[in-house]
Amino acid sequence: MKEEDRLEERNPIENFLRMDRIPHIWCPGCGIGTVVSSFAEALRKSQLDLDKVAVVSGIGCTGRVAGYVKLDSFHSTHGRAIPFATGLKLANPELKVVVFSGDGDIVGIGGNHFIHAARRNMDIVVICVNNFNYAMTGGQVAATTPILANLSTAPYGNFEYPFNLPYLAEACGATYVARWTALHLRRVTKSIQEALGKKGFSFIEVITPCVTLYARRNRLGDGLNLMKYYYENSDIQHGADTRTLAIDFQGKFKVGKFIDQEKPTFLECMNTHLQKTLGEKYIPHGVKP
Amino acid sequence: MRKVKADPKGVLTGAHYLDGDFSIAEGALAAGCRFFAGYPITPSTETAERFAERIPFVGGVFIQMEDEIASITALIGASWAGQKAMTVTSGPGFSLMMENIGLACMMETPLVIANVQRGGPSTGLPTLVGQGDMMQVKWGSHGDFRIIALSPDSPQECFDLTIKAFNLSELYRVPVFVMTDECVGHMHEKVVIPPADQIEVVQRKWYEGPKDKYLPYRPDKDKVPFMVKAGDGYRFHTTGLTHDERGYPVINAECQDVCVRHLADKIDHNADKIVEFKEAQTDNADVVVISYGITSRVATKAIQEARKSGLKVGTLRLITVWPFPEKRIRELAKKVKAFVVPELNLGQVRTEVERCAFGQAPAFGVSHCGGWVHDPDDILKAIKEAAR
Amino acid sequence: MIYFGDLRAKKGSIHINKERCKGCGFCVEYCPRDVLELSEEFNKKGYHPPRIVKEEECCYCQLCEAICPEFALFVTLKKEEDEGEKSESRP
Repeated sequence: MKEEDRLEERNPIENFLRMDRIPHIWCPGCGIGTVVSSFAEALRKSQLDLDKVAVVSGIGCTGRVAGYVKLDSFHSTHGRAIPFATGLKLANPELKVVVFSGDGDIVGIGGNHFIHAARRNMDIVVICVNNFNYAMTGGQVAATTPILANLSTAPYGNFEYPFNLPYLAEACGATYVARWTALHLRRVTKSIQEALGKKGFSFIEVITPCVTLYARRNRLGDGLNLMKYYYENSDIQHGADTRTLAIDFQGKFKVGKFIDQEKPTFLECMNTHLQKTLGEKYIPHGVKP
Repeated sequence: MRKVKADPKGVLTGAHYLDGDFSIAEGALAAGCRFFAGYPITPSTETAERFAERIPFVGGVFIQMEDEIASITALIGASWAGQKAMTVTSGPGFSLMMENIGLACMMETPLVIANVQRGGPSTGLPTLVGQGDMMQVKWGSHGDFRIIALSPDSPQECFDLTIKAFNLSELYRVPVFVMTDECVGHMHEKVVIPPADQIEVVQRKWYEGPKDKYLPYRPDKDKVPFMVKAGDGYRFHTTGLTHDERGYPVINAECQDVCVRHLADKIDHNADKIVEFKEAQTDNADVVVISYGITSRVATKAIQEARKSGLKVGTLRLITVWPFPEKRIRELAKKVKAFVVPELNLGQVRTEVERCAFGQAPAFGVSHCGGWVHDPDDILKAIKEAAR
Repeated sequence: MIYFGDLRAKKGSIHINKERCKGCGFCVEYCPRDVLELSEEFNKKGYHPPRIVKEEECCYCQLCEAICPEFALFVTLKKEEDEGEKSESRP
């Protein structure tokens, strides 16, 4: 009998994972596994009916998350996780749809979809794992890469201005915006729990170490060094003005919950407006009779 | 019990005076489509507008997405949540959708896309007719896969073939395309919509077995796997990566072979049941005119003239362009002197006819780049030349 | 054992799946009681999995379980084996 089979109790997270696909493909010291653990804990604590939770991922290292969680999960094309989630949610409003993807996928190629879903206040939770590069393809510069960082398509250092993701999310109309690092385990869990319990477009950025690419190319040590670095240079400031949340290369940055407000979702707006304009003949969508 | 009667809520029974675009929307509603995600593009916008006007009274969702890529992706999501979904577009939007058409094929997702073709390439002639996307619909996305494409020639056929498109997409778990064109799309004609109980609608191939034994991509006897939807507790996974029967990515050559051949076999194996065309007077014809869409109506005039002058001309109007009616063309090629293929492009279907004819009969194209329909005299000239 | 009325500090029993470990060191670094350290042994993939050095110090905070990116660690609550003395400071 294998040693792992001899354990008298199984790791409780195994109920939540597709164990026939573990071990996963992420590097030693990669923070994505940690974020998945925090997500699993949030799902467990929120006591949602897991049959009704759907996870959509794009392409990339974080995009592989859909393949490892034991929920109705969809691994769609690069950048298109958010419209996929939109289709799922609107066609069956009972689903709780979570987009779990990386920074390059969500705000790089998927930027247009991100801003429109936030604008419409689509009722989905977006967990954006930010490791500041396109890791899966070998560590290229991304829309979130800080200035001066060295990556394979910016071999002399990045000179482009990066996104300030919470600012972008707020500007587009997201109703819940938070940023944490992967080491803020329980705070990430709590944010995800809050987002799952809320209606509207929720955006949670989790800053995660990328060992093999971002850390190695920039000589920042291994996963542990980078994880420690992010945590120690993060400063919790709930409700901070999102304009001040830019991240410099190797500088201090702010984390916390920045936006938490209520606003009608796309479906609520649609139903309310059409009911008002069309009266009784209108057949509302997603509303139980 | 997969064939059911249409839901009367979506069926606008009666005789109407509609254009092709509107008829597509009515056909979709009659077939049970309750989700539309689209983006405006001439000459297809009217379908989206009609759907937006009608859906609040039928029950469902219309959403105008930020671009065509978002539209097609939202359709795939909606289909996996259990809804029948469609969109409509034209050339430039069609090109944008290509990557995710591939995703829909790979995930074996039923959905319907209507392409109201216009002059291309690129921005081309936004308000004028073309038929230049016929090869693109089959080969546009990367890799090997099969799709089904239908070609209506009138608003009535737009209505009928849209319903057929939904039925085929549910039968074969594949994206089905309604390849109409700006002329048919903007032409107003009488469209008769029958009562709901006379419209046959195919339901999705839902899986009803034990949850722990479900394999999302195990082909059934008809080569089509059973499908489930999100929210029913099957906890399935589906991906655009090459996958095995469990839906899990397996990155090696053996899996690729099985996966890709299945996508092709699913349609090729069932091609006889899918292919549809309308033939007339081909039994002892010297020339057979093969046409589709608006061109088939223009060709009718030329064919009448040719027959009056004593030529034995048969017609074969394609209802399904893909899968192509290879068998029939091969049979006809043994008997006729030549084929004439008029189309509003530089010979896209003509190459297919020539391929299928296997050298036994030449295929003369009557190419017109679009912007207007053929002059029937050009087609007549080609028929006369082919008859020699 | 510290008593406060009938309250007792929780104790945890750590289960390590050595073969799944990729030697990242997060659990060793962040355990608040320094219960773990990287062992000298190798697992099949050549990594050094953690080993428990001070099991009695484990206070069931489950941080190692939450932080492990490989899902290789989990902690279960140790059941009370002995009743222990009741505190004399109860009113």
